Amino acid sequence: MIPAGFEYHRPADIASALSLLQTHGDEARVIAGGHSLIPMMKLRMADLSHLIDLQDIDGLKGITIAEDIVSIGAMTTQNELITNDELSRRIPILREAALLIADPQVRYVGTVGGNVANGDPGNDMPGLMQCLGAVYTLEGPDGSRAVAARDFYEAAYFTAREDEEILTQITIPVPSMSGYAYEKQKRKIGDYATAAAAVMVGGGNASVAMTNLSDTPIYSAEASDALAKGDVDGCVAAALDAIDPQEDMRGPIAFKKHVAEVILRRAIAKAQERAA
Amino acid sequence: MSKMHVKLNVNGQEVEGLAEPRTLLIHFLRENLNITGPHIGCETSHCGACTVDLNGKSVKSCTVFVAQANGSDVTTVEGLTNDDGSLGVIQEMFREHHGLQCGFCTPGMITRAHRLLQENPNPTEEEVRFGMAGNLCRCTGYQNIVKAILASADMMNAQKEAAE
Repeated sequence: MIPAGFEYHRPADIASALSLLQTHGDEARVIAGGHSLIPMMKLRMADLSHLIDLQDIDGLKGITIAEDIVSIGAMTTQNELITNDELSRRIPILREAALLIADPQVRYVGTVGGNVANGDPGNDMPGLMQCLGAVYTLEGPDGSRAVAARDFYEAAYFTAREDEEILTQITIPVPSMSGYAYEKQKRKIGDYATAAAAVMVGGGNASVAMTNLSDTPIYSAEASDALAKGDVDGCVAAALDAIDPQEDMRGPIAFKKHVAEVILRRAIAKAQERAA
Repeated sequence: MSKMHVKLNVNGQEVEGLAEPRTLLIHFLRENLNITGPHIGCETSHCGACTVDLNGKSVKSCTVFVAQANGSDVTTVEGLTNDDGSLGVIQEMFREHHGLQCGFCTPGMITRAHRLLQENPNPTEEEVRFGMAGNLCRCTGYQNIVKAILASADMMNAQKEAAE
């Protein structure tokens, strides 16, 4: 499986990358870890003639941990996220979810920025970022803007990011809720979720989001409010009402709803136990 | 598309070549450099037979363009032998514990195990299984692969202790 030919660019800073994007328009794509894009290029489903590799841009790397806020550079790999002990102490759900993504080789290369920017409903980070109330920084020709993860996803592979923008950073408020859990049902290592749920709970607050059960990640304010009041059944009912799974090789709709409920209840129970 | 000049350090040797940017690292290694240890199994980032060590990380070389790897250090299973050309510890333990049958997945298994043991010299069986989850074997049922890696850890630790 050989992809179609392309011109390769490796800009050293974000301004050069943005300028390449502007010059080549929709013939250009940026590549982070490439573990979603390269398979699509091999299948000739991603069509591009200019590939802009972001690996040399230092400004996109690194994790900064402040008192009540964490910033993650878009090119941070899943493995760097997992092995950052301070980050895992402050927001442990990040490591718990990242360890469920793909396999070790993919986690060394796959980036958090690529995972959230791609808009693939199967990716785990988007639902998690919605649960955590994260904000994405988008850099474009006219400067930078911030978009909440809860407002970013429009449909499968369609997001609020414009073609000429690059997602550069993810900012996460350190949660006050001490209970957390990311639960994922998958058929095998490396598979996307049949259903996954991110739950934060504690101190009279809660946040609930679900993965791969609609064409976008699903954060439910109603489910979150119900769980904040301790109403688990109300939370589950609201979340199941918000999702819209489609039949595919992971199963029919009824099965997916069943798995969604099982996974969500597990995540709630674990999060509540940890909060206690 | 024009070819680009590619420079890599493979198994301690500086190598150069011309390749189209779309060339996958696995194809550059096998076809341009005749380094045929890493195998092409699934070509879809699942099986891990093409695993190489790229700048100290295990990667699936079927899912990296040679353009992305340009300037990097690469280690393949060929680079894991002893200096005199005899089998390295992990290779020897795979032989001794029969950690292979057909052998197709073995170069990827050994190269991945090398990085796993560099990062975690004393893994539990569970950690070995979790750390090797990106490599598929259709013959062994994994039992002897796990045994071989645990034995490698013991052997490497014993050698390190003896050297100190």
